[in-house]
Amino acid sequence: MGEDRIRLEFAVSGNNFASAGSASEEVKSTLKKLGIPSADIRRVAIAMYEGEINMVIHAGGGVATADIYLDRIEIVLADKGKGIPDVELAMTPGWSTAPENIRALGFGAGMGLPNMKKYTDEFSIESEVGVGTTVRMTIRFN
Amino acid sequence: MTVGRLADILGARIAVLGDGEREVLSGYCGDFLSNVMGKAPADCAWFTVMSNVNVCAVASLTDCAAVVLCEGTEPDAALAERAAQNEVNLLITPLTVYEAAVELSRHLN
Repeated sequence: MGEDRIRLEFAVSGNNFASAGSASEEVKSTLKKLGIPSADIRRVAIAMYEGEINMVIHAGGGVATADIYLDRIEIVLADKGKGIPDVELAMTPGWSTAPENIRALGFGAGMGLPNMKKYTDEFSIESEVGVGTTVRMTIRFN
Repeated sequence: MTVGRLADILGARIAVLGDGEREVLSGYCGDFLSNVMGKAPADCAWFTVMSNVNVCAVASLTDCAAVVLCEGTEPDAALAERAAQNEVNLLITPLTVYEAAVELSRHLN
């Protein structure tokens, strides 16, 4: 028998900033119902929202999957966007390729990926230019 | 300090009151949403002049006690509506971000 798991899956639509965050909100409310500590929920919610926003801004949307286990959550954010040519550079705090109209909304500070790394226990990015990007994050519950 | 009391000391108009009894433990000032998500502590009052709908998502996900729109900034219709749905406390003060933060600090200590 496999490990107990709840899977939540979301289609994140591109260029829709008003609905961005709905996946994070739903994961947050599910974790709340499961009695997960609020500090952990906060880490999950922020990391996932940053990921959603990245897919909206840069990739024309994608798919977010959250697998909730007894002791952790595993989040996979997969898109078929333009990809990241230099992941290390993209991870630099303050580095941003977001256009001016996105910055006017308050995004594009270049802190999205660093925040995702900061708030998660495991974090990895696979990206291929012209093919897409997959971000994997694990947060363990305290 | 409660959010209701915070509104009093800032001379703020209450746009949305989700929970006026919620405790404010600290403050954070900023407009770039990722900076807020990276640095703002839970249960803070977030002082900003950013007024679009994404402010509500950030406030809710970071678990801040109240959003304080400074310099008389009016929320977008979408922000006001979403804040009401999500019961996010939303205040509007004529004070600048600096003045508002100073007021909070004076009353927290």
